[in-house]
Amino acid sequence: MQKIRIRYAKRGRLAFTSHRDFARALERAMRRAAVPIAYSSGFSPHPKISYASAAPTGVASEAEYFEVGLQTPVEPDWLRTALDAALPPGLDILEAVEARTSDFADRLTGSHWQIRLPEVTDSVAEAAVAAFLAADEVLVERMTKSGRRTMDARSPVVRMAVTERGPDAGGRPGEVGNTTPAPAAGGTGGPCAILDLVVRHVTPSVRPDDVLAGLRVVAELAPPVPPKVTRLAQGTLTGHGEITDPLVVVGADRAVSGTPST
Amino acid sequence: MSDTATRRRGESVFDRLEPLLPQVQKPIQYVGGELGAVSKPWDDATVRWALMYPDAYEVGQPNQGVQILYEVLNEQQDVLAERTYSVWPDLEALLREHRVPQFTVDAHRPVGDFDLFGVSFSTELGYTNLLTAIDLAGIPLHAADRDDSHPIVLAGGHAAFNPEPIADFLDAAVLGDGEEAVLEITDIVRAFKAEGSPGGRDELLLRLARTESVYVPRFYDVEYLPDGRIQRIVPNRPDVPFRVHKRTTMDLDAWPYPKKPLVPLAETVHERYAVEIFRGCTRGCRFCQAGMITRPVRERSITTIGDMVENGLKESGFNEVGLLSLSSADHSEIGAVAHGLADRYQGSNVSLSLPSTRVDAFNVELAEELARNGRRTGLTFAPEGGSERIRKVINKMVTEDDLIRTVVTAYSGGWRQVKLYFMCGLPTETDEDVLQIADLAHRVITTGRETTGSRDIRCTVSIGGFVPKAHTPFQWAAMADPETIDRRLKALRDAINSNRSLGRAIGYRYHDGRPSHIEGLLSRGDRRVGRVIEHVWRDGGRFDGWSEHFSYDRWVAACDAELPALGVSLAWYTTRERQQAEVLPWDHLDSGLDPDWLWADWQDALSEVEQDDCRWTPCFDCGVCPAMDTEIQIGPTGRKLLPLTPVNT
Repeated sequence: MQKIRIRYAKRGRLAFTSHRDFARALERAMRRAAVPIAYSSGFSPHPKISYASAAPTGVASEAEYFEVGLQTPVEPDWLRTALDAALPPGLDILEAVEARTSDFADRLTGSHWQIRLPEVTDSVAEAAVAAFLAADEVLVERMTKSGRRTMDARSPVVRMAVTERGPDAGGRPGEVGNTTPAPAAGGTGGPCAILDLVVRHVTPSVRPDDVLAGLRVVAELAPPVPPKVTRLAQGTLTGHGEITDPLVVVGADRAVSGTPST
Repeated sequence: MSDTATRRRGESVFDRLEPLLPQVQKPIQYVGGELGAVSKPWDDATVRWALMYPDAYEVGQPNQGVQILYEVLNEQQDVLAERTYSVWPDLEALLREHRVPQFTVDAHRPVGDFDLFGVSFSTELGYTNLLTAIDLAGIPLHAADRDDSHPIVLAGGHAAFNPEPIADFLDAAVLGDGEEAVLEITDIVRAFKAEGSPGGRDELLLRLARTESVYVPRFYDVEYLPDGRIQRIVPNRPDVPFRVHKRTTMDLDAWPYPKKPLVPLAETVHERYAVEIFRGCTRGCRFCQAGMITRPVRERSITTIGDMVENGLKESGFNEVGLLSLSSADHSEIGAVAHGLADRYQGSNVSLSLPSTRVDAFNVELAEELARNGRRTGLTFAPEGGSERIRKVINKMVTEDDLIRTVVTAYSGGWRQVKLYFMCGLPTETDEDVLQIADLAHRVITTGRETTGSRDIRCTVSIGGFVPKAHTPFQWAAMADPETIDRRLKALRDAINSNRSLGRAIGYRYHDGRPSHIEGLLSRGDRRVGRVIEHVWRDGGRFDGWSEHFSYDRWVAACDAELPALGVSLAWYTTRERQQAEVLPWDHLDSGLDPDWLWADWQDALSEVEQDDCRWTPCFDCGVCPAMDTEIQIGPTGRKLLPLTPVNT
C-alpha cells in the first residue's frame, strides 16, 4: 500500500477548526477529489489516515501533518493539488511526499511557535521571557480530562525570544480563508510583542497556552487580548534548537515528488 | 448597539469578533468559510439579504429551506445573501460586553446593515431566539419603532402560517414555498431602491403587501370581543388585501436545489446530502400541519432525483444521502428510485436513507434495498396513536395487524431494532388509548421472538405531546393539560414494564408535556401572546427548543404577568376548545384549505371517520388546488436510473 505524507496549514478564521472538524473535512475532500483511499476492513470501515499531533483549536498552523494510505498509487503532487482544491480555503495542503519509512511520528520531536501578544509592549514581553528562562522550573496548572494537573512549562522550552518582526503568520492578506484585511487581533496600530518559541514534544504535551500560563506565573504577564498563536514548523529538534523538515530524510528516501511506487 | 458611525455599512466585524472566539464553546460554528459558502463584494449588490435559522449553527446549518434560498438568491448577479444563526449565551454575553452586533457567518457583516432579514421558522420555539438576534443586530425589537435604516424583518417557514404571536416584531411574513417568493420580493426592493426609496419603509411594505402574498401585520387591526375572542381582523388602509395567500412552487424539476450544498466544518445534526423527492402530502393525518399547508403533492422525477444525488455527492463529499419528504415511500416511483440508487452506489461507502415512517411492509422492502450498502441498525415507524380508535380519529390509516405484519417483516429481514413513534394528548384520547401502546409493544416483541426464534430483538417506544396547529382540522381542539399528559406517560411506562421479560426488550422514551404546552400557546396564539414572548425573553429565555435551556416556570410566570390584564390566560389558549364561529388568529392567512372542509374533517375525526388520499381516490375538496390554481404533479414517468460512469477507473 502506498503511503503519502502531507503537510497542511490551518489559516485565518479556519484556525478555529478542531482536529475532529479537520478530520471530517478531509475525509469529504478525499471523496470529492476521488482519491483512491484505502479503508480498514470490518463492520464499519474507516479511511486509513493517521494524524500527527494536532495544533489546538484556535491555533493557526503552517505545519500540520498526516499520512494517508492508498488503494492504488497516485502521484504525490496530484494528490496535493486535488486535495487542496477540494478543501475550503484556509485549510491548505502544502506538500505531499511518498513515505518510504515508518518512523514518521518519531521525527516530530519539537515545534516552532509564534505567539502574537496584542497590546503588550516588547519590553514587558522581554522581561517576562527573561524571568521565565531564568527559572529552573515553572509550574503551571491545566484542566485535563482527568482533572487538574500540574506540569513544568519550563523544561521543554528549548528557546524563547521576543522577535523584532518574525515571519508574519497572523493573517496573510489574500491567502487565508479570511475575508477581513485582518490587522493583528484587537490591534489598531498599538503595540504587539511577538514571541518566538521552540518547544520539545513531551508527554503530557506542553503547549503555547502552558508557556503563556508560565509567563503569567513568573512575571504576571496577562495579555488584555487573547494572543494569536501559530505553529510555524514541526519536526526533528536538533542539538542547536533548530527544527528540521520532517519530510526530508537525510541519506534515505526523499521521495521525489511525483514518482509513485509500484 | 453597533458603533456604525465609525464603520462603513457591510464592513466585516471579524477583527472584533476574533478575540472573543477563544473564550466560547465551539468557535468554529461562528467562522463560516464552509465549502459551498458564497462571498460577494458588498458594493456590487443592489439587494442584500441576511438569512437566519433561529437556532444554533449545528441545527440551523443543515436546514434545507435556508440553504435553498441562499443559493437561489446568490445566483442573482446583483443580490447578496449571507447566513446567520443563533449565538449561544456565552457568545451573546461577550457580544454585548464588547458591543459587537449579530453578524453573518459568511463575511461577518452586521445583520442590521442588510436590506432584508429573513428568518425561517420550523418551530415556534425559535421565537425568543428571534428577539435575541434582532436585539443584537441593533434593530428595534418592535417593528413600529424601526426606521428606513433598518432591515425589513421577514418570517417564513411553517410557523409563519400563524405569525400573529410575533407580529409585533415582524415587518412581514411569507406563507409557503420560498423559491419564487424571495425573487419577487427582491424585484420589489430592487425597483424601490432604484427609484430612490420614495415614501420610505412604509411605502416599501405597502408594495410588498399589495402582492397579496406578503403579509404585513401592521396593516391589519385585530379587534376583540369582551370575552377575549377575536371579533375581526381587517386591513387598516386601502390597497391592502383582506386575505394573504400562500405561495406554491410548481414543477420541482425546474428548481433542483441545493446544487452546491453547504458542507459544514463544525459538527451538525445532519451531515448528508438531502434531496427533497416530493413536496406536499395528502395522506391527511389530521394533526399534521406540514401535510395540510404544503398541498398539493408535487414530485421530483426519478431522473432529476438521480442527477441531484450524483451532483450533490460530487460537490459535497458527503457519504450519506437522505431522500426527504413528508412520506417518502409515497413517491410514485420510489421502488425504481431506491433500486436505481442502490445499484449506482453498491460497493461504495455511500449510504442511503429514507426517513419515511409509514407503517407497511413495502417500507421495509425499500429500507432493505437502501441498506444494501450499509448497516441494518434500526427501522422507524410512526403509528402515532396506540389504539385503532384513536388512529381513526387522527386519520392514520393503519391497523394493529398491519403494524405487526410490518414489524415481523422487518425482524425476519434481519433488522434487530424497531422504533415506534406515538403522540399523547390527541383529541378524544383516553387513558386506555395510551395504555394500548404497551399491548402493541408487547405484541411486537412476542411476535418478533416467535418469528425470528431469537431473543435478540428490541423495540423502542418514543412518545411526545400532541400540539394542535393552525390550518389543521385539529385547530379547534382542546389540548390536554400537562398533568394529564404526564400521568398517562407514567402509566404507560408502568404498563410496558408490567411484563418484565417483554419490558426489558422495550425502550421507552418520552418528552414531558410541558414544552408541548408552551408550543401549543405559541402555535395558536394571537398578537397578545407577543407580550408573553417578550417577557420571557427579557427574563432570559433563550433556545426554548433545548430542554436544558427551556424553562416552563418562566413561561407560566410570563403568562401570569401579561395575560390576565387582557382577559385571557395560558389555559384559554391551550386547553380551550374553539367553536366553528370563532374567528381564529390566522383566518386572514390563506393556506388554500377550505374552512368548511377543515371543519367537516374535524367533525369526521370526532366521529372516527377516515379520509383516503386524493392521489388514488377522488378529490375530497379540501379546496387547495382550485384556490391556489395548482394541481397534483406526480408520476410515474416510466424512466429508470442508468448506471453511472465510474469516476475512478
